[in-house]
Amino acid sequence: MHVLKSLVRQPTALFGLVVVLAVIVLAVAAPWIAPFDPDNQMFEGLSLEGAPLPPGGQFLLGTDTLGRDLFSRLLYGARTSLVIGLVANGIAVGIGLLVGTVAGYVRGFFGNLLMRFTDLMMAFPALLLAIVLAALLRPSLWIVAMVIALVNWVQVARIVYTETRGLVERDFIMAERSLGAGHGRVLFLHILPHLMPTAIVWGTLGIATTVLLEATLSFLGIGVQPPQPSWGNIIFESQSYFQAAPWLVFFPGAIILLTALSFNLVGDALRDILDPTQRGRG
Amino acid sequence: MAFLILRRIVQMALILLGVAAITFLLLYALPADPARMIAGRSATAQTVANIRRELGLDQPFLVQFWTYLANLLQGNLGRSYAQKTEVATLIVARLPATLTLMLAGIVVEVVLGMILGTIAAVRRGGAVDRLVMMASFVGVSAPQFVVALLLLYVFAATLGWFPMSGYGSFAHIVLPATTLGVLGAGWYARMVRSAMIDVLNQDYVRTARAKGLSSRRIIFRHALPNAVLPVIAMIGIDIGQFMGGVVVVEAVYGWPGIGQLAWQAIQQVDIPIIMGVTLTSALAIVLGNLIADVIAPVIDPRIRTR
Repeated sequence: MHVLKSLVRQPTALFGLVVVLAVIVLAVAAPWIAPFDPDNQMFEGLSLEGAPLPPGGQFLLGTDTLGRDLFSRLLYGARTSLVIGLVANGIAVGIGLLVGTVAGYVRGFFGNLLMRFTDLMMAFPALLLAIVLAALLRPSLWIVAMVIALVNWVQVARIVYTETRGLVERDFIMAERSLGAGHGRVLFLHILPHLMPTAIVWGTLGIATTVLLEATLSFLGIGVQPPQPSWGNIIFESQSYFQAAPWLVFFPGAIILLTALSFNLVGDALRDILDPTQRGRG
Repeated sequence: MAFLILRRIVQMALILLGVAAITFLLLYALPADPARMIAGRSATAQTVANIRRELGLDQPFLVQFWTYLANLLQGNLGRSYAQKTEVATLIVARLPATLTLMLAGIVVEVVLGMILGTIAAVRRGGAVDRLVMMASFVGVSAPQFVVALLLLYVFAATLGWFPMSGYGSFAHIVLPATTLGVLGAGWYARMVRSAMIDVLNQDYVRTARAKGLSSRRIIFRHALPNAVLPVIAMIGIDIGQFMGGVVVVEAVYGWPGIGQLAWQAIQQVDIPIIMGVTLTSALAIVLGNLIADVIAPVIDPRIRTR
């Protein structure tokens, strides 16, 4: 409650929160809001010359090159983007938490090995790796989510590792140990709860990164495959046509930007609220 | 110092070895079959098997990896499956275009970031300051390919100031470099701003002001140099980001660099090229970090003692 109150008090965070909630509601309610079937290639959706229709009139945001309603496709695309955002980022934060806490708690040879592996992953060009993996696997929604999770957990692991190492040295962990608590108890009941703020912050900030990465992969044609709409592949399908029908590129583009921006704003505000020591840092 | 650099170089070699191993394993495990790709759709099973044997793809994984490593240590990246040329030759031919683009991107990013950040720090709470804070968020939230298409639409297709795509002249590089650099500029501005604000509140700046130095001299001589260090560290990190970004930017602008080479290779399952580009990118990332670490103590004597 206190967190929510502090969030609402900052204008930028409030803006982000409102947009995030709006995107979620629109995605969930897509079947009821969408004026047309997103896959329906309508005859009246194209001009007499066979060109897509500009925004306005019967089709709120215009139609695409196949005569499908852009607004409906964007609504259903929100579902794709959010599902990938939540799943991929959830997995990434999960792996990051696991690797980070284990490496920070166990230390010794095994912990070192884990962190060296994390360092190694940091030297990977993330986007290139994602592109290679997504292109060579047969792309589908779940494959894309897995690929994104695989390249995104590294940063979380690094931060969690540093925090865990700090926590392990604290007196209350020592006290707990000397009372006879086992490793499982210390890890799950005492260390993990302290990492929750970090997990929440990265759970939010990471969704922005994930939405962008999904859009980029789909834009290259190796993400979510048409006809299933995603914000990225709507642009992919119409990019060769973008001079004649710029709305097909810039409406989805603006929505990707707005969504990622809002998740970033909310995540940043959460970081300020949950972790006052980080306040004001880049 | 020399010992430290030596240690870092050994670490770098190990990291590159690790990157090679993981990429090789991933490419081996993926279901895409390069032999089938080369043979074409109508090839018989016999042809595919022949090609596979020719390329050594019928060998066990460890044998293949060992052969690759042994060649790599001799500086041999292997031959492209599709183009039948040495991968090293292909990469070297493409490298100048990509490096030019990355350098231009970094220039855009740093210059824009330094100017905006300085103004924001000096005029705290002003219009530029608020713009910088907002731009830093918009910059990390904007999809690069949409920015690329937007710039193309406005400055090439509509206004006609720059060519749509291609390579060769200064006009060709403006839009791709802006695409690469403009999004990061907000974060640079933010970093410069916070580094300068820290300094502007310190006693020695007050002393400088009290003894009558002009504010221009205070800003450029006393405050701005403090912002250089984080900027250099950031450039080291950015090189890694750019190596991925160039694939998208080069695809949109038809820029004949490494990203385009990688993109073609990925579609043809040309594994030697994919390996070569990944290793080149990883090398750029570790080199970027190393150079940032080596330059830092040269610029800031306080770090030397550590």
